[in-house]
Amino acid sequence: MRLSGRFSLSLAAAVMILSGCKEAPPLPKVGELLVKIGHAAPLTGIQAHIGKDNENGVRLAIEEANAAGIVIGGQKIRFQLLSEDDQADPKTGTIVAHKLTDAEINGMIGHLNSGTTIPASRVYHDAGIPQISPSATNPKYTRQGFKSAFRTMANDEQQGKLLGEFATGQLAAKRIAIIDDRTAYGQGLADEFEKSAKANGAIIVAREFTTDKSTDFRAILTAIKGKQPDVLFFGGMDPQGGPLMRQIKSLGITAIFLGGDGIYTPEFIKLAGDAAEGAYGSLPGVPLEKMPSGIAFRDKYKARYNRDIQLYAPFCYDAVNIMIEAMKRADSVKPERYLPELAKTDYDGVTTRIMFDEKGDLKGGAITLYQVRNGKWEVAETLAGTPTESSSTTTLAVDDRG
Amino acid sequence: MDIFLQQLINGLVLGSIYALVALGYTMVYGILGLINFAHGEVVMIGAMVALAAIHALTGTALPGPIIVLMGLLIAIPACMLLGYGIERVAYRPLRHAPRLAPLITAIGVSIILQNIAMIIWGRQYISFPPLLPTDAYTVAGASITLLQIFIFLLAVAIMAGLIFLVKRTRLGRAMRATAQNPEVAGLMGVNVNAVISTTFIIGSALAAVAGLMVGAYYGLAHYYMGFLLGLKAFSAAVLGGIGNIGGAVLGGLLLGVIESLGAGYIGPLTGGFLGSHYQDVFAFFVLILVLVFRPSGLLGERVVDRA
Repeated sequence: MRLSGRFSLSLAAAVMILSGCKEAPPLPKVGELLVKIGHAAPLTGIQAHIGKDNENGVRLAIEEANAAGIVIGGQKIRFQLLSEDDQADPKTGTIVAHKLTDAEINGMIGHLNSGTTIPASRVYHDAGIPQISPSATNPKYTRQGFKSAFRTMANDEQQGKLLGEFATGQLAAKRIAIIDDRTAYGQGLADEFEKSAKANGAIIVAREFTTDKSTDFRAILTAIKGKQPDVLFFGGMDPQGGPLMRQIKSLGITAIFLGGDGIYTPEFIKLAGDAAEGAYGSLPGVPLEKMPSGIAFRDKYKARYNRDIQLYAPFCYDAVNIMIEAMKRADSVKPERYLPELAKTDYDGVTTRIMFDEKGDLKGGAITLYQVRNGKWEVAETLAGTPTESSSTTTLAVDDRG
Repeated sequence: MDIFLQQLINGLVLGSIYALVALGYTMVYGILGLINFAHGEVVMIGAMVALAAIHALTGTALPGPIIVLMGLLIAIPACMLLGYGIERVAYRPLRHAPRLAPLITAIGVSIILQNIAMIIWGRQYISFPPLLPTDAYTVAGASITLLQIFIFLLAVAIMAGLIFLVKRTRLGRAMRATAQNPEVAGLMGVNVNAVISTTFIIGSALAAVAGLMVGAYYGLAHYYMGFLLGLKAFSAAVLGGIGNIGGAVLGGLLLGVIESLGAGYIGPLTGGFLGSHYQDVFAFFVLILVLVFRPSGLLGERVVDRA
């Protein structure tokens, strides 16, 4: 019967359209291979602005790879982003890690915080999934003997050491007070900083703690004030750093404020207001303007998302690209096949020339110090770790505020 | 010595905010025998509404302090309305129900308000724009800001006004009568429902002021800020003797000072074994000590359980 034949055909078409509507990610076309890239960061909560920034960096790289039409193992590849919210909570971090490995991701970008990355890294390792964290800087992450763990940013051992040298050298600090937020990141960075500052002859006059949810630091700061430090170092993120800075100023503490990458955000200046002036923050890597293709990336990001980069987006973008490059070299998207290639990475990324040491840490790794001047973060100084060609020291005079 | 003075100033400013919030708890408890656990959330809504208004006005030609004042004038009626609404919806229908029922609705209202705030204002910290002068004055080695002086004086003035209201006015007499015995007060011509509503409205207005104070003092507000603040203020009310207005003021100030001094001195006193992050523990530890020796609080009288 001609009619029923046409009817069944249109029915099939209707079903196809309906099922097409229900399926959120685009189905791979015939001959295309779907490759899932996992990502996890705090997408809600007080660090959501940084987490979203990471996700945007990953998505940008994936969209470009899809547009480029990459062919691996004779098959056209379609990359798909599976992004999860780990709430910056170690427990939730492992839950989403299991969720992602159950979804059979081919590779993992994340997590954002050291506190989530370290416990989650075991899950990826056990599932044999290569993991690149763009921003977890606690040394422990790559010290667990996991062949699957990499990072595209200098770790806190490198960062804390250079910050300690900066405090005792350029800032000429003799008496130093340290506050940390007791997270894996904050405490780890503060410990490395303390070690380095002590080794360079400074006296640690106070070592105080807070939490990553506190807003009142006046009691701690008053105790610190009595000890008259030259430099106050904070290991933590911007939601605490901002109010901390305000309270430092309102208590009339004149010590120079120095922090790690956690406070180098526009949000820090917003939360601290006028009090932010003169604060130092650091970020592993060279400044965006000095990155091999930093300006181009900044413009690309702005054009795609109509907002400015918060913090780690370029590191996420690079992480995705070196993963894809490793897949290309191995000519396979299978984790066990391209993992050895990932370890051999030598890639000119947006942030720097990326090579890993035997632990999965970034080789070299410069640190840049920024200072808030006229309500904006401006480059104060780049401290080279191990000199590579791209990270030549660009020394701007650090104003002497004794 | 300047550390002691500084910690004392910190403590008094913090304590005066606690006291304002504690008054809201204690007034409601005094009249209804009910612990209004949603009160911390009213403070949070007050801070959020004020900040939203302030953000909307920032950038206009108005001077900073006027903008903050307008934020306050918008937040106070908003919180009054909210307080009235909470009483009308969550507590009045349960007035003769067993005591546990309104306690549960109080927690329910608290969760609902938190989530509404989260939906409206998001999960991020909302910053307080730099509208107020931040210069610090140095007095005998301790620094104090104009804002701190203002917070303290405003809180003291409001508390004095409230005590006057309760002790010396017609409304105050009606409130005290309702607290003693609602039925008899009703028979004497007191409109009990109106008195109870007014109590909630006054408490919520104080909460709005406290909310803005917290926002301005710390420079930020957050949908979850009411929880710990409410808990501390409730503790302050219990410390002073819940139901007693003078007690709430004393308890609030005491708790603030204990917290500051405790956090400042616990480190040196224990040789670094316990650090200043024991701040919150310290406050609650003192609360437990007081309750062991004076179960009805510092100024509370032994009340015979109402039949």
